[in-house]
Amino acid sequence: MSKIVVKDLYKIFGNRPDRAFELLEQGYSKEEVQKKTGLVVGVQQAEFSVEQGEIFVLMGLSGSGKSTLQRLLNRLIEPTKGTIEIDGTDIAKLSKQDLIDFRKEKFSGMVFQNFAILPHRTVLGNVEFGLELQHVEKETRQAKAAEVIKQVGLQGFEDHYPAQLSGGMQQRVGLARALAVEADVMLMDEAFSALDPLIRRDMQDELLELQSKLKKTIVFVTHDLDEAFKLGDRIAIMKDGKIVQIGEAEEIISEPADQYVREFVEGINRSEVLTAESIMQKPKETAKHGDGPKTILHKLKKQGLSSMFVLDQDRKLLGYVKAEELSDYVKGSEKADKKIPREVIHEAQTVNLEDNLSEVIDVSAATDQPIAVTDEEQRLKGIIVKGAIIAALSGSDSPQSNNEPHSEVEVS
Amino acid sequence: MLPFRIPLRDWISAGVDYLIDNLGPFFDGLTNVVQFLVNTFKDGMEFLHPLVLMLIIAAITWKMAGWKTALMAFVSLLLVENIELWQAFIETMALVLTAELLVILVGLPIGIWAATNDRVNLVIRPVLDFMQTMPAFVYLIPAVMFFGLGLVPGVIATFIFAIPPLIRLTNLGIRQVPKELIEASDAFGATGRQKLFKVQLPVAMPTVMAGVNQSIMLGLSMVVIAAMIGAGGLGADVLRGIQRLQIGSGFEAGLAVVIMAIILDRITAGFGKVKNLGTA
Ligand SMILES: Nc1ncnc2c1ncn2[C@@H]1O[C@H](COP(=O)(O)OP(=O)(O)OP(=O)(O)O)[C@@H](O)[C@H]1O
Ligand SMILES: [Mg+2]
Repeated sequence: MSKIVVKDLYKIFGNRPDRAFELLEQGYSKEEVQKKTGLVVGVQQAEFSVEQGEIFVLMGLSGSGKSTLQRLLNRLIEPTKGTIEIDGTDIAKLSKQDLIDFRKEKFSGMVFQNFAILPHRTVLGNVEFGLELQHVEKETRQAKAAEVIKQVGLQGFEDHYPAQLSGGMQQRVGLARALAVEADVMLMDEAFSALDPLIRRDMQDELLELQSKLKKTIVFVTHDLDEAFKLGDRIAIMKDGKIVQIGEAEEIISEPADQYVREFVEGINRSEVLTAESIMQKPKETAKHGDGPKTILHKLKKQGLSSMFVLDQDRKLLGYVKAEELSDYVKGSEKADKKIPREVIHEAQTVNLEDNLSEVIDVSAATDQPIAVTDEEQRLKGIIVKGAIIAALSGSDSPQSNNEPHSEVEVS
Repeated sequence: MLPFRIPLRDWISAGVDYLIDNLGPFFDGLTNVVQFLVNTFKDGMEFLHPLVLMLIIAAITWKMAGWKTALMAFVSLLLVENIELWQAFIETMALVLTAELLVILVGLPIGIWAATNDRVNLVIRPVLDFMQTMPAFVYLIPAVMFFGLGLVPGVIATFIFAIPPLIRLTNLGIRQVPKELIEASDAFGATGRQKLFKVQLPVAMPTVMAGVNQSIMLGLSMVVIAAMIGAGGLGADVLRGIQRLQIGSGFEAGLAVVIMAIILDRITAGFGKVKNLGTA
């Protein structure tokens, strides 16, 4: 079951919000509704679910409703309509007191852009804050706080006050405060936006590393696409309070849902986001190690290729053969109908499925042959030709449709 | 213009009579409490040898405002003792401390209430404005009516005159707590009480202390005026100086009031800073 399930969620700011529903149904935009009624559409028609252990990113321009949607999840903002289920409990129906208990049980608080750590408390005092609210005994909570402070690399600063710390360190305190609480839904609102770029990267890496151990369910708000794609298992792109597209980074880049998303993703550094898997193609044909040279030559000619990957019986990659070398070999040898010899099999350049485009580019510089994409067991999963890399980088179109497979390796 | 005079004064008198008749036990009780507090402060300070008390005050000043101010305070206190105003100094101090204690006990909760409830705030604001524009003398009238002459009405008048800044600044301080700190504590599941005592009040503390400081200063300015209804202390000496045209002794007593004002100001200003390490 999903950790968070949101259905048909609306937040309309202002009196008598029902006036907005009718207009929205008739297809009026957020702006028009505001002009007609003075009501502000914070979130409309939101529908999504977040899985346990997932980092779910909310992204969009300023005012698109990211923070509002996030605050609806722990009911810091009351929903106007719709349901929000956390572990199957509809939080809109909880009484005030139950809600407070529920927040303690399910949420490890929030991490904010401006850190929002308590100025009158030391680092330790801040980190143990959540546990203190739960009336955890002093010794237990300080031990836990000390452990988390170590995790975020703040040991030695326990007794410092926030004002004595740099921005990056203050944000670590904010992160530690959330991590100290064992509950597993963590909300982060532009948590790293106030940090300068290098520290920001560090924090992103650190978050990913912590997440690989802790497996919290994180809803992360950002307006930075690179950050969204780096952190998000899935990303929801918002506009005027509406979610216009939800998907993994590559889906959003390669198949933007509309012009808004397309413009959004234009600025992205695609080489960091696209993976080998997303731009590879199926090889038209491969050679088996058992095939004789003549068989392979026949396959090559039929497909109009100048080279071909060779696999063993488990589809593990052995290397590639070139058409011209093979035909020379056939002409100069009598045992031409036997297995192809090791000498004509060249070592292929390979990348893994998850490798990103920038790594693919590095590898491709070392060869003029197509690159083999393999899984952990060295089985061939696909191939990447130079044209596909360029197409992916320029983002002009999806690589598959633009490039006839193997167009670069046709027999000359 | 009207063919008759509005009987405002009759109404007010009737109202006061009504209050005295019906709330008599309350006023008596209050009198006892105030008297007890003043006596406790006074006895406590009189019990100590002047030099010991001076050293204690100097030590507190040192902690809150540094050694230079502490030294100045100590020398000034020696001067007060030397010009034979020590007893009056203690009496006035007891009056001001009692009034301030009541100001904190009453003003802080009202300030918190106003900060957390917009409707209360709406009602309290004009009342505070009214109180602060009213001339200080006017407070002597109800004080005398309900409590007669002497020390107790002096404390009450001082209390009423000094309470507005604390309410105002407590209200302001809590309202100024960054919204994100409130959101953060809500997000961690803080109850209303936890939020108030662990976040709002501590974060507002520098502003609240500024309110305490201001109300003490106002209270001291009321001391001389309160002497007119027999509150005693340094105010009585100043008043005597004025009435008998003894410029020298009136000035001495005035100087002692200023010394007390400076010391209390430095100490309470220091309170505001101790934990105020800046906001993040
Ligand atoms: N308390 C409120 N009352 C009225 N309107 C509000 C309120 N809070 C937010 N809004 C409006 O709701 C919309 C969404 O705001 P929200 O803060 O969620 O945007 P955001 O995507 O987080 O933007 P940013 O990137 O600037 O933080 C905006 O039009 C905003 O003006
Ligand atoms: Mg926001």
